[in-house]
Amino acid sequence: MSRANVIDLGYLVAAVLFIVGLKGLGRPRTAPRGNLMGATGMLIAVLVTLVDQSILSYQFLAIGLALGIAIGALLALRVQMTSMPELVALFNGFGGGASVLVAASSFIEINELGNSTGQIAVAAAVTSLVGAMTLSGSMIAFGKLQGRLKWNGFRGLPIVRILVALVSLAFAVQIGGFQPEGQLSLWLLIAGGFLLGILCAVPIGGADMPVVIALLNALSGVAASTTGFVLDNSLLIIAGSLVGASGLVLTQIMCKAMNRSLLDVLFGAAPSAVDSGDDIYGDQVTSTSAEEIAMLLELAERVVIVPGYGMAVAQAQHAVRELMQTLQASDVEVSFGIHPVAGRMPGHMNVLLAEAEIDYEHLLDMDQVNPTFKRADVTIVIGANDVVNPAARNDPDSPIAGMPILDVDDSRTVVVVKRSLSPGFAGIANPLFIADNTLLYFSDAREGILEVTKALTES
Amino acid sequence: MTLLIAVTLFTLAVFLGLELISKVPATLHTPLMSGSNAISGITLIGALVSAGADHSTLTTVLGFFAVVLATINVVGGFVVTNRMLSMFTKRKKRES
Repeated sequence: MSRANVIDLGYLVAAVLFIVGLKGLGRPRTAPRGNLMGATGMLIAVLVTLVDQSILSYQFLAIGLALGIAIGALLALRVQMTSMPELVALFNGFGGGASVLVAASSFIEINELGNSTGQIAVAAAVTSLVGAMTLSGSMIAFGKLQGRLKWNGFRGLPIVRILVALVSLAFAVQIGGFQPEGQLSLWLLIAGGFLLGILCAVPIGGADMPVVIALLNALSGVAASTTGFVLDNSLLIIAGSLVGASGLVLTQIMCKAMNRSLLDVLFGAAPSAVDSGDDIYGDQVTSTSAEEIAMLLELAERVVIVPGYGMAVAQAQHAVRELMQTLQASDVEVSFGIHPVAGRMPGHMNVLLAEAEIDYEHLLDMDQVNPTFKRADVTIVIGANDVVNPAARNDPDSPIAGMPILDVDDSRTVVVVKRSLSPGFAGIANPLFIADNTLLYFSDAREGILEVTKALTES
Repeated sequence: MTLLIAVTLFTLAVFLGLELISKVPATLHTPLMSGSNAISGITLIGALVSAGADHSTLTTVLGFFAVVLATINVVGGFVVTNRMLSMFTKRKKRES
Protein backbone atom coordinates (compact mmCIF):
# COMPACT_ATOMS: atom_id res chain seq x y z
CA MET A 1 0.00 0.00 0.00
CA SER A 2 1.38 3.37 -0.94
CA ARG A 3 1.79 6.21 1.52
CA ALA A 4 -1.06 8.13 -0.07
CA ASN A 5 -3.37 5.15 0.43
CA VAL A 6 -2.41 4.85 4.08
CA ILE A 7 -3.18 8.51 4.60
CA ASP A 8 -6.52 8.34 2.81
CA LEU A 9 -7.56 5.24 4.73
CA GLY A 10 -6.55 6.88 7.99
CA TYR A 11 -8.64 9.91 7.07
CA LEU A 12 -11.63 7.69 6.35
CA VAL A 13 -11.36 6.04 9.76
CA ALA A 14 -11.01 9.46 11.39
CA ALA A 15 -14.08 10.80 9.55
CA VAL A 16 -16.17 7.83 10.71
CA LEU A 17 -14.97 8.30 14.29
CA PHE A 18 -15.91 12.00 14.14
CA ILE A 19 -19.41 11.17 12.92
CA VAL A 20 -20.03 8.42 15.50
CA GLY A 21 -18.41 10.60 18.18
CA LEU A 22 -20.65 13.58 17.43
CA LYS A 23 -23.70 11.34 17.53
CA GLY A 24 -22.55 10.01 20.89
CA LEU A 25 -22.15 13.53 22.27
CA GLY A 26 -25.88 14.04 21.77
CA ARG A 27 -26.97 11.62 24.51
CA PRO A 28 -25.98 11.76 28.20
CA ARG A 29 -25.13 8.07 28.46
CA THR A 30 -22.94 7.90 25.37
CA ALA A 31 -21.39 11.38 25.58
CA PRO A 32 -18.09 10.49 27.32
CA ARG A 33 -17.50 7.70 24.81
CA GLY A 34 -18.42 10.03 21.95
CA ASN A 35 -15.84 12.54 23.08
CA LEU A 36 -13.22 9.81 23.34
CA MET A 37 -14.03 8.64 19.81
CA GLY A 38 -13.59 12.16 18.47
CA ALA A 39 -10.22 12.40 20.21
CA THR A 40 -9.16 9.03 18.81
CA GLY A 41 -10.16 10.13 15.31
CA MET A 42 -8.05 13.24 15.73
CA LEU A 43 -5.04 11.23 16.92
CA ILE A 44 -5.29 8.89 13.92
CA ALA A 45 -5.62 11.84 11.53
CA VAL A 46 -2.51 13.51 12.99
CA LEU A 47 -0.46 10.31 12.98
CA VAL A 48 -1.14 9.43 9.34
CA THR A 49 -0.51 13.05 8.33
CA LEU A 50 2.96 12.81 9.83
CA VAL A 51 3.94 10.16 7.25
CA ASP A 52 2.99 12.57 4.42
CA GLN A 53 6.00 12.79 2.13
CA SER A 54 5.69 16.54 1.69
CA ILE A 55 6.71 16.95 5.32
CA LEU A 56 10.48 17.33 5.23
CA SER A 57 11.48 18.69 8.59
CA TYR A 58 10.00 17.65 11.88
CA GLN A 59 11.65 19.90 14.44
CA PHE A 60 9.13 22.74 14.14
CA LEU A 61 6.27 20.28 14.25
CA ALA A 62 7.56 18.74 17.46
CA ILE A 63 8.00 22.13 19.12
CA GLY A 64 4.61 23.37 17.92
CA LEU A 65 2.78 20.25 19.02
CA ALA A 66 4.49 20.21 22.42
CA LEU A 67 3.66 23.89 23.01
CA GLY A 68 0.05 23.40 21.94
CA ILE A 69 -0.44 20.30 24.08
CA ALA A 70 1.04 21.99 27.14
CA ILE A 71 -0.99 25.19 26.79
CA GLY A 72 -4.21 23.41 25.82
CA ALA A 73 -4.05 20.89 28.65
CA LEU A 74 -3.14 23.57 31.17
CA LEU A 75 -6.06 25.78 30.14
CA ALA A 76 -8.51 22.87 30.08
CA LEU A 77 -7.49 21.42 33.45
CA ARG A 78 -7.25 24.68 35.37
CA VAL A 79 -10.34 26.52 34.14
CA GLN A 80 -13.14 27.02 36.64
CA MET A 81 -16.55 25.91 35.50
CA THR A 82 -17.85 29.47 35.85
CA SER A 83 -15.26 30.60 33.27
CA MET A 84 -16.28 27.96 30.76
CA PRO A 85 -17.87 30.46 28.32
CA GLU A 86 -14.58 32.37 28.07
CA LEU A 87 -12.60 29.20 27.41
CA VAL A 88 -15.00 27.99 24.73
CA ALA A 89 -14.82 31.42 23.06
CA LEU A 90 -11.03 31.31 23.20
CA PHE A 91 -10.83 27.83 21.65
CA ASN A 92 -13.25 28.84 18.89
CA GLY A 93 -11.00 31.79 18.10
CA PHE A 94 -7.86 29.65 18.04
CA GLY A 95 -9.51 27.22 15.64
CA GLY A 96 -10.50 30.05 13.30
CA GLY A 97 -7.05 31.64 13.60
CA ALA A 98 -5.30 28.37 12.80
CA SER A 99 -7.44 27.95 9.67
CA VAL A 100 -6.50 31.44 8.45
CA LEU A 101 -2.80 30.74 8.96
CA VAL A 102 -3.00 27.39 7.16
CA ALA A 103 -4.97 28.86 4.25
CA ALA A 104 -2.54 31.78 3.91
CA SER A 105 0.55 29.62 4.17
CA SER A 106 -0.75 27.08 1.62
CA PHE A 107 -2.02 29.76 -0.74
CA ILE A 108 1.38 31.44 -0.78
CA GLU A 109 3.16 28.14 -1.31
CA ILE A 110 0.83 26.99 -4.08
CA ASN A 111 1.19 30.34 -5.86
CA GLU A 112 4.95 30.32 -5.66
CA LEU A 113 4.97 26.84 -7.13
CA GLY A 114 2.68 28.12 -9.88
CA ASN A 115 -0.10 25.62 -9.20
CA SER A 116 -2.88 28.00 -8.26
CA THR A 117 -6.40 27.56 -9.57
CA GLY A 118 -9.60 29.52 -9.26
CA GLN A 119 -10.96 27.02 -6.76
CA ILE A 120 -7.96 27.39 -4.46
CA ALA A 121 -8.03 31.18 -4.69
CA VAL A 122 -11.74 31.41 -3.89
CA ALA A 123 -11.42 28.93 -1.01
CA ALA A 124 -8.41 30.82 0.40
CA ALA A 125 -10.35 34.09 0.22
CA VAL A 126 -13.40 32.64 2.01
CA THR A 127 -11.23 31.01 4.69
CA SER A 128 -9.35 34.26 5.30
CA LEU A 129 -12.55 36.21 5.76
CA VAL A 130 -14.46 33.66 7.88
CA GLY A 131 -11.44 32.56 9.91
CA ALA A 132 -10.29 36.09 10.69
CA MET A 133 -13.84 37.06 11.72
CA THR A 134 -14.02 34.01 13.98
CA LEU A 135 -10.69 34.90 15.58
CA SER A 136 -11.41 38.57 16.30
CA GLY A 137 -15.08 37.97 17.15
CA SER A 138 -14.03 35.35 19.70
CA MET A 139 -11.45 37.66 21.22
CA ILE A 140 -14.10 40.35 21.67
CA ALA A 141 -16.52 37.80 23.15
CA PHE A 142 -13.72 36.63 25.47
CA GLY A 143 -13.05 40.20 26.65
CA LYS A 144 -16.73 40.87 27.22
CA LEU A 145 -17.25 37.62 29.12
CA GLN A 146 -14.31 38.44 31.37
CA GLY A 147 -15.92 41.79 32.02
CA ARG A 148 -12.76 43.61 30.96
CA LEU A 149 -14.17 44.94 27.72
CA LYS A 150 -16.95 47.45 28.26
CA TRP A 151 -16.86 49.14 24.86
CA ASN A 152 -20.15 48.82 23.02
CA GLY A 153 -19.22 50.56 19.79
CA PHE A 154 -19.93 54.02 18.49
CA ARG A 155 -22.75 55.80 16.69
CA GLY A 156 -21.76 55.21 13.07
CA LEU A 157 -20.82 51.59 13.62
CA PRO A 158 -23.40 49.97 11.30
CA ILE A 159 -22.24 52.13 8.38
CA VAL A 160 -18.56 51.49 9.04
CA ARG A 161 -19.37 47.80 9.24
CA ILE A 162 -21.02 47.82 5.82
CA LEU A 163 -18.09 49.75 4.34
CA VAL A 164 -15.52 47.32 5.73
CA ALA A 165 -17.62 44.41 4.50
CA LEU A 166 -17.77 45.87 0.98
CA VAL A 167 -14.04 46.60 0.85
CA SER A 168 -13.28 43.07 2.10
CA LEU A 169 -15.59 41.66 -0.51
CA ALA A 170 -13.72 43.60 -3.17
CA PHE A 171 -10.42 42.07 -2.04
CA ALA A 172 -12.03 38.64 -2.04
CA VAL A 173 -13.28 39.07 -5.59
CA GLN A 174 -9.86 40.33 -6.63
CA ILE A 175 -8.17 37.25 -5.19
CA GLY A 176 -10.74 34.79 -6.47
CA GLY A 177 -11.44 36.12 -9.92
CA PHE A 178 -8.86 38.39 -11.36
CA GLN A 179 -5.60 38.06 -9.60
CA PRO A 180 -5.05 34.64 -8.06
CA GLU A 181 -1.45 35.49 -7.24
CA GLY A 182 -2.36 38.51 -5.11
CA GLN A 183 -0.56 37.96 -1.84
CA LEU A 184 -1.07 41.55 -0.72
CA SER A 185 -4.81 41.28 -1.36
CA LEU A 186 -4.89 38.20 0.83
CA TRP A 187 -3.29 40.02 3.76
CA LEU A 188 -5.64 42.95 3.30
CA LEU A 189 -8.57 40.56 3.20
CA ILE A 190 -7.45 38.94 6.44
CA ALA A 191 -7.16 42.40 8.02
CA GLY A 192 -10.63 43.25 6.72
CA GLY A 193 -12.10 40.06 8.16
CA PHE A 194 -10.42 40.74 11.49
CA LEU A 195 -11.87 44.26 11.60
CA LEU A 196 -15.30 42.99 10.55
CA GLY A 197 -15.31 40.41 13.37
CA ILE A 198 -14.60 43.18 15.89
CA LEU A 199 -17.30 45.43 14.46
CA CYS A 200 -19.87 42.63 14.52
CA ALA A 201 -19.09 41.45 18.04
CA VAL A 202 -18.60 44.74 19.86
CA PRO A 203 -22.25 45.91 20.03
CA ILE A 204 -23.52 42.53 21.25
CA GLY A 205 -24.70 42.47 24.85
CA GLY A 206 -24.28 39.80 27.50
CA ALA A 207 -27.70 38.20 27.09
CA ASP A 208 -27.02 37.53 23.41
CA MET A 209 -23.76 35.76 24.23
CA PRO A 210 -25.19 32.21 23.98
CA VAL A 211 -26.15 32.92 20.37
CA VAL A 212 -22.76 34.45 19.60
CA ILE A 213 -20.76 31.61 21.16
CA ALA A 214 -22.80 29.00 19.26
CA LEU A 215 -22.37 30.96 16.03
CA LEU A 216 -18.60 31.33 16.49
CA ASN A 217 -18.47 27.58 17.04
CA ALA A 218 -20.22 27.07 13.71
CA LEU A 219 -17.91 29.55 11.98
CA SER A 220 -14.77 27.82 13.24
CA GLY A 221 -16.11 24.68 11.59
CA VAL A 222 -16.85 26.50 8.34
CA ALA A 223 -13.32 27.93 8.30
CA ALA A 224 -11.84 24.43 8.70
CA SER A 225 -14.08 23.16 5.93
CA THR A 226 -13.08 25.86 3.43
CA THR A 227 -9.43 25.26 4.35
CA GLY A 228 -10.07 21.74 3.08
CA PHE A 229 -10.94 23.21 -0.33
CA VAL A 230 -7.59 25.06 -0.37
CA LEU A 231 -5.63 21.95 0.56
CA ASP A 232 -7.76 19.52 -1.45
CA ASN A 233 -8.21 17.58 1.78
CA SER A 234 -11.40 15.53 2.20
CA LEU A 235 -11.14 15.08 5.97
CA LEU A 236 -10.98 18.83 6.58
CA ILE A 237 -14.04 19.33 4.40
CA ILE A 238 -16.05 16.59 6.14
CA ALA A 239 -15.08 17.37 9.74
CA GLY A 240 -15.35 21.13 9.25
CA SER A 241 -18.81 21.04 7.72
CA LEU A 242 -20.06 18.57 10.36
CA VAL A 243 -19.07 21.07 13.04
CA GLY A 244 -20.41 23.99 11.04
CA ALA A 245 -23.80 22.32 10.68
CA SER A 246 -24.05 21.21 14.31
CA GLY A 247 -23.04 24.71 15.44
CA LEU A 248 -25.77 26.14 13.27
CA VAL A 249 -28.39 23.85 14.86
CA LEU A 250 -27.34 25.06 18.29
CA THR A 251 -27.39 28.69 17.14
CA GLN A 252 -30.92 28.17 15.87
CA ILE A 253 -32.05 26.68 19.20
CA MET A 254 -30.62 29.70 21.02
CA CYS A 255 -32.26 32.19 18.65
CA LYS A 256 -35.62 30.48 19.07
CA ALA A 257 -35.30 30.67 22.84
CA MET A 258 -34.96 34.46 22.54
CA ASN A 259 -37.56 34.86 19.82
CA ARG A 260 -34.99 36.73 17.75
CA SER A 261 -33.58 35.95 14.36
CA LEU A 262 -29.86 35.57 13.88
CA LEU A 263 -29.80 38.75 11.81
CA ASP A 264 -31.53 40.61 14.65
CA VAL A 265 -28.87 39.54 17.12
CA LEU A 266 -25.97 40.43 14.82
CA PHE A 267 -27.20 43.55 13.11
CA GLY A 268 -30.30 44.68 14.97
CA ALA A 269 -29.99 47.56 17.37
CA ALA A 270 -29.80 46.19 20.87
CA PRO A 271 -32.66 47.48 23.03
CA SER A 272 -31.43 50.70 24.56
CA ALA A 273 -30.97 50.93 28.29
CA VAL A 274 -33.38 53.00 30.32
CA ASP A 275 -32.89 54.86 33.59
CA SER A 276 -31.77 53.09 36.70
CA GLY A 277 -34.23 50.67 38.25
CA ASP A 278 -35.10 52.59 41.39
CA ASP A 279 -36.99 55.23 39.43
CA ILE A 280 -39.15 52.69 37.61
CA TYR A 281 -40.23 50.65 40.56
CA GLY A 282 -40.44 53.38 43.17
CA ASP A 283 -41.55 51.93 46.48
CA GLN A 284 -43.83 49.27 45.02
CA VAL A 285 -41.22 46.63 45.72
CA THR A 286 -41.62 44.35 48.74
CA SER A 287 -38.28 43.35 50.12
CA THR A 288 -37.64 40.47 52.42
CA SER A 289 -35.00 38.85 54.65
CA ALA A 290 -33.33 35.46 54.94
CA GLU A 291 -35.41 34.61 58.03
CA GLU A 292 -38.66 35.37 56.26
CA ILE A 293 -37.67 33.22 53.27
CA ALA A 294 -36.72 30.40 55.62
CA MET A 295 -40.17 30.55 57.16
CA LEU A 296 -41.79 30.40 53.76
CA LEU A 297 -39.66 27.44 52.77
CA GLU A 298 -40.51 25.56 55.96
CA LEU A 299 -44.16 25.62 55.01
CA ALA A 300 -43.50 24.75 51.37
CA GLU A 301 -43.97 21.35 49.80
CA ARG A 302 -42.69 22.14 46.39
CA VAL A 303 -39.89 24.59 45.53
CA VAL A 304 -38.55 25.55 42.11
CA ILE A 305 -35.17 27.25 41.74
CA VAL A 306 -34.56 29.37 38.63
CA PRO A 307 -30.87 30.19 38.16
CA GLY A 308 -29.45 32.86 35.88
CA TYR A 309 -26.17 34.57 35.11
CA GLY A 310 -26.16 36.11 38.61
CA MET A 311 -25.63 32.64 40.07
CA ALA A 312 -22.58 32.15 37.84
CA VAL A 313 -21.08 35.54 38.70
CA ALA A 314 -21.47 34.94 42.42
CA GLN A 315 -20.26 31.31 42.13
CA ALA A 316 -23.35 30.38 44.08
CA GLN A 317 -23.86 26.89 42.68
CA HIS A 318 -22.46 25.08 45.74
CA ALA A 319 -24.50 27.24 48.11
CA VAL A 320 -27.56 26.38 46.02
CA ARG A 321 -26.76 22.67 46.33
CA GLU A 322 -26.62 23.00 50.14
CA LEU A 323 -29.97 24.74 50.16
CA MET A 324 -31.42 21.99 48.00
CA GLN A 325 -30.10 19.28 50.33
CA THR A 326 -31.41 21.06 53.41
CA LEU A 327 -34.84 21.33 51.82
CA GLN A 328 -34.82 17.75 50.62
CA ALA A 329 -33.90 16.59 54.13
CA SER A 330 -37.24 17.95 55.31
CA ASP A 331 -39.11 16.32 52.43
CA VAL A 332 -39.52 19.38 50.26
CA GLU A 333 -39.59 18.60 46.55
CA VAL A 334 -36.95 20.72 44.79
CA SER A 335 -36.49 21.14 41.06
CA PHE A 336 -34.61 23.55 38.85
CA GLY A 337 -36.16 25.47 35.94
CA ILE A 338 -33.60 26.28 33.30
CA HIS A 339 -34.16 28.66 30.43
CA PRO A 340 -32.19 27.76 27.27
CA VAL A 341 -30.42 31.13 27.19
CA ALA A 342 -29.87 31.55 30.95
CA GLY A 343 -26.22 32.44 31.42
CA ARG A 344 -23.67 33.26 28.78
CA MET A 345 -23.44 30.14 26.65
CA PRO A 346 -25.70 27.24 25.68
CA GLY A 347 -26.02 24.88 28.64
CA HIS A 348 -24.14 27.23 31.01
CA MET A 349 -26.44 26.63 34.01
CA ASN A 350 -26.41 22.87 33.48
CA VAL A 351 -22.62 22.78 33.63
CA LEU A 352 -22.49 24.84 36.82
CA LEU A 353 -25.14 22.76 38.57
CA ALA A 354 -23.40 19.58 37.45
CA GLU A 355 -20.18 20.90 38.96
CA ALA A 356 -22.04 21.34 42.24
CA GLU A 357 -23.10 17.68 41.89
CA ILE A 358 -26.77 18.36 41.41
CA ASP A 359 -28.30 15.46 39.54
CA TYR A 360 -29.49 16.40 36.09
CA GLU A 361 -32.77 14.63 36.71
CA HIS A 362 -33.68 17.62 38.91
CA LEU A 363 -33.00 20.03 36.06
CA LEU A 364 -36.09 20.77 34.01
CA ASP A 365 -36.06 22.67 30.76
CA MET A 366 -38.56 25.35 29.89
CA ASP A 367 -41.30 23.12 28.46
CA GLN A 368 -41.08 20.71 31.37
CA VAL A 369 -41.03 23.26 34.16
CA ASN A 370 -43.60 25.79 32.99
CA PRO A 371 -46.73 23.69 33.68
CA THR A 372 -45.40 22.96 37.18
CA PHE A 373 -45.11 26.54 38.45
CA LYS A 374 -48.82 26.56 39.33
CA ARG A 375 -48.14 23.84 41.88
CA ALA A 376 -45.01 25.48 43.29
CA ASP A 377 -45.28 27.00 46.74
CA VAL A 378 -42.08 29.00 46.44
CA THR A 379 -40.02 29.81 43.37
CA ILE A 380 -36.56 31.21 44.01
CA VAL A 381 -35.13 33.25 41.15
CA ILE A 382 -31.36 33.58 41.54
CA GLY A 383 -29.76 36.23 39.38
CA ALA A 384 -32.09 35.83 36.41
CA ASN A 385 -34.09 38.70 35.01
CA ASP A 386 -35.16 38.87 31.38
CA VAL A 387 -35.94 35.14 31.14
CA VAL A 388 -38.59 35.52 33.87
CA ASN A 389 -40.01 38.86 32.71
CA PRO A 390 -43.79 38.51 32.25
CA ALA A 391 -43.74 41.56 29.95
CA ALA A 392 -42.53 39.21 27.21
CA ARG A 393 -45.89 37.48 27.50
CA ASN A 394 -48.27 40.33 28.38
CA ASP A 395 -46.95 43.51 26.80
CA PRO A 396 -46.92 43.47 22.99
CA ASP A 397 -44.89 46.72 22.96
CA SER A 398 -42.10 45.34 25.10
CA PRO A 399 -38.73 44.95 23.32
CA ILE A 400 -38.70 41.30 24.36
CA ALA A 401 -42.37 40.66 23.46
CA GLY A 402 -42.87 37.08 22.30
CA MET A 403 -39.72 35.71 23.87
CA PRO A 404 -40.59 32.43 25.60
CA ILE A 405 -40.12 32.86 29.35
CA LEU A 406 -40.34 30.84 32.53
CA ASP A 407 -43.77 31.50 34.05
CA VAL A 408 -42.47 31.92 37.60
CA ASP A 409 -45.30 34.36 38.41
CA ASP A 410 -47.70 31.40 38.38
CA SER A 411 -46.28 30.07 41.64
CA ARG A 412 -47.72 31.06 44.99
CA THR A 413 -44.72 33.08 46.12
CA VAL A 414 -41.74 34.24 44.09
CA VAL A 415 -38.50 35.16 45.84
CA VAL A 416 -36.09 37.10 43.65
CA VAL A 417 -32.48 37.12 44.84
CA LYS A 418 -30.83 40.14 43.28
CA ARG A 419 -28.05 42.49 44.19
CA SER A 420 -29.89 45.62 43.14
CA LEU A 421 -32.81 46.73 41.03
CA SER A 422 -30.73 47.42 37.98
CA PRO A 423 -32.50 46.31 34.82
CA GLY A 424 -31.28 43.23 32.93
CA PHE A 425 -29.43 43.29 29.66
CA ALA A 426 -32.53 44.25 27.72
CA GLY A 427 -32.73 47.34 29.93
CA ILE A 428 -36.44 46.96 30.48
CA ALA A 429 -38.47 47.07 33.65
CA ASN A 430 -39.58 43.72 35.01
CA PRO A 431 -43.21 43.79 36.27
CA LEU A 432 -42.44 40.60 38.16
CA PHE A 433 -40.56 42.65 40.77
CA ILE A 434 -43.67 44.63 41.73
CA ALA A 435 -46.14 41.74 41.50
CA ASP A 436 -48.17 41.05 44.68
CA ASN A 437 -46.74 37.57 45.12
CA THR A 438 -43.11 38.62 44.63
CA LEU A 439 -40.60 39.29 47.39
CA LEU A 440 -37.21 40.79 46.66
CA TYR A 441 -34.20 39.67 48.60
CA PHE A 442 -31.38 42.13 48.01
CA SER A 443 -28.16 40.20 48.35
CA ASP A 444 -25.23 38.66 46.57
CA ALA A 445 -26.48 35.29 45.31
CA ARG A 446 -23.96 33.19 47.24
CA GLU A 447 -24.11 35.09 50.54
CA GLY A 448 -27.88 35.31 50.30
CA ILE A 449 -28.47 31.62 49.72
CA LEU A 450 -26.02 30.70 52.49
CA GLU A 451 -27.95 32.99 54.88
CA VAL A 452 -31.24 31.33 53.95
CA THR A 453 -29.82 27.84 54.49
CA LYS A 454 -28.43 28.95 57.86
CA ALA A 455 -31.78 30.39 58.89
CA LEU A 456 -33.46 27.15 57.83
CA THR A 457 -31.17 24.89 59.86
CA GLU A 458 -31.23 27.11 62.94
CA SER A 459 -34.99 27.30 63.19
CA MET B 1 -10.20 15.53 -6.00
CA THR B 2 -12.35 17.48 -8.42
CA LEU B 3 -14.29 20.50 -7.28
CA LEU B 4 -17.55 18.61 -7.76
CA ILE B 5 -16.46 15.80 -5.45
CA ALA B 6 -15.32 18.33 -2.86
CA VAL B 7 -18.68 20.13 -3.02
CA THR B 8 -20.50 16.78 -2.78
CA LEU B 9 -18.57 15.87 0.39
CA PHE B 10 -19.28 19.31 1.84
CA THR B 11 -23.02 19.11 1.14
CA LEU B 12 -23.45 15.57 2.46
CA ALA B 13 -21.49 16.37 5.62
CA VAL B 14 -23.65 19.45 6.28
CA PHE B 15 -26.84 17.41 6.05
CA LEU B 16 -25.32 14.72 8.24
CA GLY B 17 -24.32 17.33 10.83
CA LEU B 18 -27.84 18.77 10.90
CA GLU B 19 -29.31 15.28 11.41
CA LEU B 20 -26.85 14.24 14.12
CA ILE B 21 -27.43 17.19 16.40
CA SER B 22 -31.17 17.70 16.37
CA LYS B 23 -32.84 16.99 19.73
CA VAL B 24 -29.83 17.26 21.98
CA PRO B 25 -30.85 17.81 25.63
CA ALA B 26 -29.85 21.17 27.15
CA THR B 27 -27.58 19.42 29.66
CA LEU B 28 -25.27 18.50 26.81
CA HIS B 29 -25.23 21.83 24.98
CA THR B 30 -21.92 22.97 26.42
CA PRO B 31 -20.05 19.64 26.12
CA LEU B 32 -21.40 19.24 22.61
CA MET B 33 -20.10 22.67 21.71
CA SER B 34 -16.65 22.19 23.22
CA GLY B 35 -16.37 18.67 21.81
CA SER B 36 -17.36 19.66 18.30
CA ASN B 37 -15.08 22.67 18.61
CA ALA B 38 -12.19 20.30 19.27
CA ILE B 39 -13.11 18.42 16.09
CA SER B 40 -12.98 21.69 14.12
CA GLY B 41 -9.34 21.80 15.20
CA ILE B 42 -8.85 19.23 12.41
CA THR B 43 -7.26 22.14 10.59
CA LEU B 44 -4.21 20.92 12.55
CA ILE B 45 -3.44 18.33 9.86
CA GLY B 46 -3.20 21.13 7.30
CA ALA B 47 -1.02 23.08 9.69
CA LEU B 48 1.36 20.13 10.07
CA VAL B 49 1.92 19.95 6.32
CA SER B 50 2.39 23.73 6.05
CA ALA B 51 4.88 23.83 8.89
CA GLY B 52 6.84 20.80 7.74
CA ALA B 53 6.96 21.35 3.99
CA ASP B 54 10.07 23.53 4.23
CA HIS B 55 8.88 25.72 1.36
CA SER B 56 9.95 29.14 2.64
CA THR B 57 10.57 30.84 5.96
CA LEU B 58 7.25 32.68 5.74
CA THR B 59 5.12 29.59 5.11
CA THR B 60 6.99 27.65 7.81
CA VAL B 61 6.45 30.40 10.38
CA LEU B 62 2.75 30.69 9.48
CA GLY B 63 2.45 26.91 9.65
CA PHE B 64 4.23 26.77 12.99
CA PHE B 65 1.82 29.21 14.63
CA ALA B 66 -1.08 27.35 13.04
CA VAL B 67 0.18 24.11 14.61
CA VAL B 68 0.34 25.77 18.05
CA LEU B 69 -3.13 27.32 17.84
CA ALA B 70 -4.79 24.23 16.38
CA THR B 71 -3.16 21.92 18.95
CA ILE B 72 -4.38 24.14 21.80
CA ASN B 73 -7.83 23.97 20.23
CA VAL B 74 -7.79 20.19 19.82
CA VAL B 75 -6.17 19.15 23.11
CA GLY B 76 -7.90 21.80 25.22
CA GLY B 77 -11.27 21.06 23.64
CA PHE B 78 -11.24 17.32 24.17
CA VAL B 79 -9.78 17.55 27.69
CA VAL B 80 -12.24 20.16 28.91
CA THR B 81 -15.16 18.24 27.40
CA ASN B 82 -13.99 15.11 29.16
CA ARG B 83 -13.75 17.04 32.41
CA MET B 84 -17.31 18.31 32.08
CA LEU B 85 -18.74 14.94 31.12
CA SER B 86 -17.01 13.17 34.00
CA MET B 87 -18.89 15.51 36.36
CA PHE B 88 -22.11 14.01 35.04
CA THR B 89 -21.04 10.38 35.28
CA LYS B 90 -19.35 10.66 38.66
CA ARG B 91 -22.71 11.39 40.22
CA LYS B 92 -24.36 8.49 38.42
CA LYS B 93 -21.86 5.99 39.77
CA ARG B 94 -22.17 7.11 43.36
CA GLU B 95 -25.92 6.67 43.27
CA SER B 96 -25.96 3.18 41.90
